[in-house]
Amino acid sequence: MPYIPHDAAETAAMLAAVGVERLDQLFDEIPPVLQVQDMALPEGLSEMALQRELEGRALANAPLRCFAGGGAYAHHIPAIVWEIAGRGEFYSAYTPYQAEASQGTLQVIYEYQSFITRLTGLEVSNASLYDGASGLAEVCLMALRIQGGDKSILVPENLLPGWRRVLDSVLGLQDIRLVSVPYDRATGSLILPADAGDAAALIIPQSNALGLLEPVDALTDWAHAHGLLAIAVVNPLALALLKAPGVWGTQGADMAVGEGQPLGIPLSGGGPYFGFLACRKAQVRQLPGRLVAKTVDGQGREGFCLTLQAREQHIRRGKATSNICTNQGLMVTAATIHMAALGGYGLQQTAVRCHERAVRLRELLAGVPGVSLPYGGAFFHEFVVRLPRAAVAVRDALLGYGLLAGLPLSDWGMGEAGDLLVCTTELLEEADLLAYRGALTSVLETL
Amino acid sequence: MSKIPETLRYSDTHEWVEDLGGGRYRVGITDHAQELLGDLVFVEAPEAGKAIRAGAVCGVLESVKAAADLYAPLDGTVVERNDGLGDNPQWLNEDPYGQGWIMVVEADASAGDGLMDAAAYAKIAEV
Amino acid sequence: MSDSIFDHDHHVPVVALPSDIPAALLRKTPLNLPNPAELEVLRHYTRLSQKNFSIDTQFYPLGSCTMKYNPRIAHTMAALPGFARLHPDTPAQGMQGLLQVLWELQEWLAATTGMAAVSLTPAAGAQGELAGVAMIRAYHAAHGDHGRRKMLIPTAAHGTNPASAQMAGFDVVEIPNLADGDLDMAFLDQHLGPDIAGIMLTNPSTLGVFERRITEIAARVHGAGGLLYYDGANLNAILGRVRPGQMGFDAMHLNLHKTFATPHGGGGPGAGAVAVQERLRPFLPLPVVAREAAGALRWLDEGDLPRSIGRLSAHGGNIGVLLRAHAYLRRLGRAGVGRVSAYAALNANYLLRELQRVGYQAAFPERRASHEFILSVSDLQKATGIRALDVAKRLLDFGIHAPTVYFPQLVPECLLIEPTETESKATLDRFVTVMAQIRREALEQPELLREAPHHLPVGRLDEALAARRLDVAGGL
Repeated sequence: MPYIPHDAAETAAMLAAVGVERLDQLFDEIPPVLQVQDMALPEGLSEMALQRELEGRALANAPLRCFAGGGAYAHHIPAIVWEIAGRGEFYSAYTPYQAEASQGTLQVIYEYQSFITRLTGLEVSNASLYDGASGLAEVCLMALRIQGGDKSILVPENLLPGWRRVLDSVLGLQDIRLVSVPYDRATGSLILPADAGDAAALIIPQSNALGLLEPVDALTDWAHAHGLLAIAVVNPLALALLKAPGVWGTQGADMAVGEGQPLGIPLSGGGPYFGFLACRKAQVRQLPGRLVAKTVDGQGREGFCLTLQAREQHIRRGKATSNICTNQGLMVTAATIHMAALGGYGLQQTAVRCHERAVRLRELLAGVPGVSLPYGGAFFHEFVVRLPRAAVAVRDALLGYGLLAGLPLSDWGMGEAGDLLVCTTELLEEADLLAYRGALTSVLETL
Repeated sequence: MSKIPETLRYSDTHEWVEDLGGGRYRVGITDHAQELLGDLVFVEAPEAGKAIRAGAVCGVLESVKAAADLYAPLDGTVVERNDGLGDNPQWLNEDPYGQGWIMVVEADASAGDGLMDAAAYAKIAEV
Repeated sequence: MSDSIFDHDHHVPVVALPSDIPAALLRKTPLNLPNPAELEVLRHYTRLSQKNFSIDTQFYPLGSCTMKYNPRIAHTMAALPGFARLHPDTPAQGMQGLLQVLWELQEWLAATTGMAAVSLTPAAGAQGELAGVAMIRAYHAAHGDHGRRKMLIPTAAHGTNPASAQMAGFDVVEIPNLADGDLDMAFLDQHLGPDIAGIMLTNPSTLGVFERRITEIAARVHGAGGLLYYDGANLNAILGRVRPGQMGFDAMHLNLHKTFATPHGGGGPGAGAVAVQERLRPFLPLPVVAREAAGALRWLDEGDLPRSIGRLSAHGGNIGVLLRAHAYLRRLGRAGVGRVSAYAALNANYLLRELQRVGYQAAFPERRASHEFILSVSDLQKATGIRALDVAKRLLDFGIHAPTVYFPQLVPECLLIEPTETESKATLDRFVTVMAQIRREALEQPELLREAPHHLPVGRLDEALAARRLDVAGGL
């Protein structure tokens, strides 16, 4: 019996101790009519057969060189990251409610929080949320709690549409108004409204869905001048290069949130990833999710424990800052080890390489007949090319060349039919970029 | 056995009220309340100028293991808040009737009428 | 003195920042993260891991958490490059293998729960609950029934229930349990009406016992126009034997990180797949996997499910967790799932009897344990002042993780104990022996418990100081 250790003798002894003869009798309080025998499940497989079947399924996913981004990125993960994160003591540990038995996990989270505060330039980080998009929803709720009243949130139209959909779904449940802020179709950059209306906060994506960098200082100052909170939405790897949200504008952004997947988390078809969230110390009581603090025990020994739990669902219940319980502990463990393994130097170097590859590929593609570059602004590692054919068709055709060529903006209802968002990371070598150019040229000739 | 000073009046939500005269009342939480809550780590109380309504939630008391609503024991306007509690929430545990006072409220003379005396409060504070 | 990662730092060259990005957008100061050597990183985090309790190293009888063995084959399969390197926006034709796995999981979870349709996207139980109550709200709205603003939730429910209901825009009405553990039907009847959207329940309940009148409760709630939501946290008690769909529930979530053995990871990731009866299918959160007539698989989107409650995350959910749950189910098969609940119940009932034999008091001594049960140590508190927390801390000294304490809040000084089916009789017998010793200590040498744990890297931590000082980011 897989994973059940009892033999017949042990089972019999235990049944006898309970005072029954058969396992079925343990369910005698449940009305028989509710107990079923037939259930449409296949019979179980041995581990060997299971492995064979699943290896087949894994191979049935096309191996593609990745030029797609849009919030999920293909990066190199050093071997030690999952070697350590996969250790049973991290992998199969529970939430660190019993602090004395969880100092490993707690210290990892404390170090994670420390790293995130340094990346974002803000004072406090929580222990993670499910992903960047749901994290953004949580931070909007946080902003509304802080500002009070029945306010709205200003949401740029050049925020990743997938994230906007999550805001619609989650915030819509509480009838929270999301006011769209348009972007300039020529420059790809946000156009600030004349007045802020009754908004509580402005979301500032850096970079935006088109891969372009926004003038974050001006946007942050505008928000503050109008009494709004400034919510920075950022790529944690990009922060190795780019100005930290904590020093945007004259006062700095108020909260920073983003998708942590670039930090040592495999793409894995879409998850599990994790959302990071940082804020000012003054707002810490409105922060959703878990928080770890350093303290001492009765003998003065340094240790770590969960803190401010009274905000959370298991104590505050209906009045909690969020319903979040399980977060993304294992991903945070991996991300922390990843950040340590790369170090500040490695993160910066990786970020620079991602950017340089993008500059290079963009240059190469601009030379392909029929291809143009609709935007001239600065970018991190993603950029839009405008193709003379429908981007979806070109992307599909390039699958045959072993490439996931990018994300068609038409899938998002943005840009023109020929617009493709292309991403480069440190994984790509010059040969890969040349191969992409060659493949694109061929495809455009034949489509 | 928690302390219940005779000179004070009490709400059924475990706040105490001290009549300072001249329409001013000092408010805090009782010894019984701080015992139930455990080590206080944070207090959110209304600032000076804020109007409060008897029986309505006007703040939050947060301990390591619980978060409880702070109820206004009478109608009035807050004129003073004990901001020292920001850095020293433990005063609520150590000296709930003295240094751990929460706010001073301006109210009219009848404001304290709905409150109970020490003997009556002792009955509901019995564990 | 704890060793911090910030203690391992080496000087490194300054990295030149790109000159084609405007200086105003770039960092002014170098990134202040440490630069340890690879061996230092490996040692530091390996040694930290050794300070943890885990299922792999200790018995972990945490009630309502289902700390069962996390089969390693599930991890190896989920980590296969064919899955691990897949970008979420790969077109369907490039990820048929993954879609096949997810589609099978949807089908099998529907079969296990007796429901018509499944969405795998919620990232955790709490997010599943949010989806569930949001679907109930959407259902009523679609029927023009906008007055149903209230959700009934037992006082003994897990905190995520009222938190999720509130996040979904509902007002919560708390419904009490009776002394024997069953729901207060009189209260239910009093409150059922046109303003009630539904009720959130789990069965067996958080009190560790089966709600025997569930079919009756379902009939009454449906009769009043409400829907029933099932919190799947306790599914391990009935897996393969009883189906929530058949009990009368309309929507539910599963905790894949509990019942389906995916790793707890020090606090996640989980997965909170939702399953619904046919009438709620149109409202399922996106995306959902569907199979075309020709056998090809694809993600459904807003065009396919226009009345969906929407998307809760940017992509398809915690795919890696779903892969593990799938591998577990495929390994167990039909016979295996039935054995899960049978042996979960055997282990729980055995422990309940044995612990009573050595003197502990059960909260519901006349009821069968489900997959878990509650003990109360109020008697110890009266005798020597020893509380549930002290028993929990003393267990750590014996290399056993404490059970859940102080939940449900209804039972004073309680321990909620769930052994799970993957623990052997020998482990359980040792647990009983240790608990018997702790009980003796509680009565004869209570200070041993009050000062526990004695043998771990740290003793009881000053949580008040932690909250007041709020040192949450360090190394400065």
